[in-house]
Amino acid sequence: MPTVLTAADVQRIAALAHLELSDAEVALFTTQLTQILEYAERLKEVDTSAVSATWHPGAGAPDLRPDTERPSLPREAALAGAPERGPDGLFRVPKVID
Amino acid sequence: MAPGAWTVTGIRAAVAGGDLSARDVCARYLDRIAATDQRLRAFSAVLRDAALARAEEVDARRDAWRDRPLLGVPVAVKDVICTRGEPTTAGSRILAGYRPPYDATVVSRLLDAGAVVVGKTNCDEFAMGSSTEHSAYGPTRNPWALDRIPGGSSGGAAAAVAAGLAPASIATDTGGSIRQPAALCGVVGLKPTYGRVSRYGLLAFASSLDQIGPLTWTVADAAAVLQVLAGPDPRDATASTEPAPDLSQLLPGDVRGTRIGVPRVALDDGVDPEVLEAFSAALAILSERGAEVCDVDLPHMQYAVPVYYLVAPAEASSNLARYDGVRYGHRATLDSAAAGVPEMYARTRSEGFGAEVKRRIMLGTYALSAGYYDAYYVHAQRVRSLIRSDYDHAFAAVDAIAMPTTPTPAFRIGERIDDPLSMYLGDVFTVSANLTGLPAISLPGGLTRARLPIGFQLIGRPFDEATLLRIGDALEQDAPWRDERPAALDSAAGGY
Repeated sequence: MPTVLTAADVQRIAALAHLELSDAEVALFTTQLTQILEYAERLKEVDTSAVSATWHPGAGAPDLRPDTERPSLPREAALAGAPERGPDGLFRVPKVID
Repeated sequence: MAPGAWTVTGIRAAVAGGDLSARDVCARYLDRIAATDQRLRAFSAVLRDAALARAEEVDARRDAWRDRPLLGVPVAVKDVICTRGEPTTAGSRILAGYRPPYDATVVSRLLDAGAVVVGKTNCDEFAMGSSTEHSAYGPTRNPWALDRIPGGSSGGAAAAVAAGLAPASIATDTGGSIRQPAALCGVVGLKPTYGRVSRYGLLAFASSLDQIGPLTWTVADAAAVLQVLAGPDPRDATASTEPAPDLSQLLPGDVRGTRIGVPRVALDDGVDPEVLEAFSAALAILSERGAEVCDVDLPHMQYAVPVYYLVAPAEASSNLARYDGVRYGHRATLDSAAAGVPEMYARTRSEGFGAEVKRRIMLGTYALSAGYYDAYYVHAQRVRSLIRSDYDHAFAAVDAIAMPTTPTPAFRIGERIDDPLSMYLGDVFTVSANLTGLPAISLPGGLTRARLPIGFQLIGRPFDEATLLRIGDALEQDAPWRDERPAALDSAAGGY
């Protein structure tokens, strides 16, 4: 498990996260994320081979409500914050396929 | 009203009894905000017209609504909580101008209780930070010392209550974001048990850690607001079906025979001497009132910060994927007609998110990425189990665990902004309550010689907020600092 990140690692992570970073941000995050991950190295001291993970602090499975039909957000309200709207009550995005 | 009576319970009684109108109360707070908030910047939006109209509605319905628990009480709402038709930005450029089409469950409950929402409070962007310096709208200042941070991420919520700009705020706590600013601003801040309060309508940061709770001047007020917020919600499957107990029966707090554990070893290193001195003084007050103070061992507490800074960013990287410029918020203008959806996502997010949010998305994406998932994320979640079992063992012997809320008082604006790791290390006493889901409260615990507030924290058993409130009220009754108020804004606001 390498703890020293390279600029290429940072670029790869940024691409996974849908972020475009400037050269200055790449340099800064390479240093800062390395520092944070080096600090997190101390977790390796802990033997967890016999321990199960806690994904969630809730007690067991959530109580699910009955799956009954009920009114949802009106279409106009759901679209009201859209940066760009298409015709007929749709969200508009740049062309996906030619 | 008499000085000191401008509390949640005091205002409610005065409005219900016809001694004050909700409109006059609301106007008083709006005037105080107008007089001071240019300097303090606790609010990201003041809802002046809406608040006055709402207060008039409360007055018009006073006879029918007389029993409502927050009748005419002004409340400030952290800007990560949805308010229908009103700005909700999470301190981020990516949500500049966003107005949600619905209210969060907690906001609906406040309104049902007769409260008046006076404004939205500033915070670190998406609640990621410990200083409120990471807001796209600029930092909030600490009312006790305007060159210092108010804490974070709910710095605006804490500063508003401390400066008397609202008798109560509601905010969120993912790693200390209610308790740490409450401590640094000298007010009460309660993080309820995970599941006690619905998260519906909260802009999610880390879904297994986030919890909504109140900030107030008094413990009785925290109990009164929690009573309104708590309870099951069919819109949040993680909201517990455990009914909320009647908290009004707890006070005044009696601590005779209550056992309070202190993790002495954890306090050995890196804690400011004045913070330790104040912590001992608060414990002495509780002992004097009949509490039994003893040592407890939390051997994995030293791992809470590194676990938190893997788990919380991992969850954040997933939750913040929704900010992509498609359905709401900012969308980047693309310079090429050939640019497609992936370019739009990346450009939008890069323009819209600030440095700390990018840093955490990157950290979380890395911890979840192929090849590192087991070594970082899964391993951290296993250590999280050990932290929880430390607390479970300790609670076999004690009713609550006490420690300082923060290792130091408020630092200066700008002091830690370029060193994220040093900022994270300040969360050492707060993150474990989120990792474990346990309830925790920060209480005013005295002042330093330079008159900066110090927080006294209690952590309780699951769903046992009642014990924390009872102990907190007992401390408040005898605390020599209980009537201390920040002086910095007093003259502008016309006294408390």
